Amino acid sequence: MKANTTSSSRSRGWVMAGLILAFATGGYFQHLGFFDFAVNNPAEIWKLFLEHIYLVVISSTISVSIGVPLGILLTRDFMRRYRNWILNILGICQTVPSLAVIAIAMTYIGIGKKTAIFALVIYGLLPIIRNSVAGLAGIDPVIIDAGRGMGMNPAQLLFRVELPNALYIILAGIRTSTVINVGTAAMSFLVGGGGLGDLIFSGISMVDPGYMLAGAVPTCILAIFFNWFLGKVEFWAVSPGLSFSSRRDVSP
Amino acid sequence: MIRFEKVTKIYPGSQAAAVNDIDLEVAEGEICVLIGPSGCGKTTLMRMVNRLIPVTSGSIYVNGKNIMSLDVIELRCSIGYVIQQIGLFPHMTVSDNIATVPKLLKWDKRRIQARVDELLNLVQLDPVIFRHRYPRELSGGQAQRIGVARAMATDPPVMLMDEPFGAIDPINREVLQDEFLSIQEKIRKTIVFVTHDIHEAIKMGNKIALLNAGRLVQFGTPEALLTSPVNQFVKDFVGADRALKRLDLLKVQDAMLKNPVRCYDTDEVQAVHQYMKEKELNYLLVCDSQDHLLGYVNHRDIIDHYGKIGDRVKPMTLTVSPKRNLKEALSKMLSYDIGILVVVDDNKLVGILNTMTLAAVVGQTYDEQGGRWGKITAGGRIL
Repeated sequence: MKANTTSSSRSRGWVMAGLILAFATGGYFQHLGFFDFAVNNPAEIWKLFLEHIYLVVISSTISVSIGVPLGILLTRDFMRRYRNWILNILGICQTVPSLAVIAIAMTYIGIGKKTAIFALVIYGLLPIIRNSVAGLAGIDPVIIDAGRGMGMNPAQLLFRVELPNALYIILAGIRTSTVINVGTAAMSFLVGGGGLGDLIFSGISMVDPGYMLAGAVPTCILAIFFNWFLGKVEFWAVSPGLSFSSRRDVSP
Repeated sequence: MIRFEKVTKIYPGSQAAAVNDIDLEVAEGEICVLIGPSGCGKTTLMRMVNRLIPVTSGSIYVNGKNIMSLDVIELRCSIGYVIQQIGLFPHMTVSDNIATVPKLLKWDKRRIQARVDELLNLVQLDPVIFRHRYPRELSGGQAQRIGVARAMATDPPVMLMDEPFGAIDPINREVLQDEFLSIQEKIRKTIVFVTHDIHEAIKMGNKIALLNAGRLVQFGTPEALLTSPVNQFVKDFVGADRALKRLDLLKVQDAMLKNPVRCYDTDEVQAVHQYMKEKELNYLLVCDSQDHLLGYVNHRDIIDHYGKIGDRVKPMTLTVSPKRNLKEALSKMLSYDIGILVVVDDNKLVGILNTMTLAAVVGQTYDEQGGRWGKITAGGRIL
């Protein structure tokens, strides 16, 4: 309990320091006139902002709905032999820069939102699969044996024992993937996918910091928001009985 | 209740059989302990009963039905399963853990809740305190109690227990074993119990099956194993101190001398003194008219006294219950340096125990020629 309070008050201190720094920097940039564009074109930024969220939410949703089942599949007994192979190959794929993924996707699908989402899905998949596999494979085999011995069928074992216990690690993968996705989604502009990348890339090519910041700052805020939000989801979804959870004080 | 018929298990990729042609029958309501050195196949044999490990050849019958003819899920739901590492689900509360099988069988909520509380009471954990705890908030002993409660949730007639008390410190293990035995006295399950600890086997088992290298070496009561081991392996396994181990097995009531000499609190002191002189007794036990033990008198203390014996009684602090085992009685006698222990059941004098009777009982049951009771009985009456 005591350790908990001190650690939370310490993190609150960091947040305060960060906010003060952000204000100072903001004030400085404002002084230089960098926020003029943002102040004058709120509707434009808002539209791109929503577009960005749309790209992230759609692509992450698809990544999750492909990645988690794939992770589950890879941890089933019959796949055990191939699991490491497949993970290694996926790991190599992840080293391909996001820009290249987008470029390759464009050569096949053309330009537009579809291409952007496709590339984002591919790029966001690995952390989710990897964490799903790690989470499910890391479960103490004893509790699986106990579940089987008590008469759970494979589906009951998966949904009542395996997934709840692996949830923390799976959700951590989803969080990583989504936050990365917010950044990568800025590249969608390159294939005509829209989003805040519009402002960032145009700003860069016009050497207009004001224009660029109008895209970069909301992107950052979005990334921070998703990180915080998914952290909350983890907090509430993971059983307080698991040692990762900080939801309950434990007196042994 | 559980019958193994020529059961053999050969693991894929292995030449030798892990379990080799075993015939065994566990009677209803009995604890059958499977014991042997590690790798002897005891766990394999147990796990074949609920088909966690498929049988290579031979058949197993539970309640007269071949396990292969039953639905595997149904079979497992009808068999309680306790493992050494306990295997409580960490993400579930104690109450959800216990309710695992009832939930699989779709019991209604109220019935589940009632059953959970009943079981928590049975294993002596307060439902109000423990119901909502998570496994990581339990001590080892508490967790294993929950493990046992979970296995008994649907009151299955058969239970499999794989070294259930193996991971618990020796003191708590004794407590849990005693508790479990007293529960078993009430519920009378048919239990296959795996252990590698011969003490535990002797204490828990109605029958013991000693395995070695996949084969059944000896099957019988703990007594039989200790008194007539079939070969050197069994002798070595039960240990050179198997005579001492018998003390664990025997109850005070099996060894005590019944109906010892006594006088009553209403007797005249001088009459008692006269009697003691005649019989050359130093001490005499004193009871009231209902045979409740009041204490004892020393002949020197009453030599010049008159009146009722009840006034001269000295209290007796060290007694033993007839239900305790001989080992406890002996250790009491040794630690207090006394030669005679009075056996008291519910404050009633039922017998006495002395070192000679103890030695005789151990000798008699261990000695393959048989002991001589008569001599000892006479000796024991000297009191």
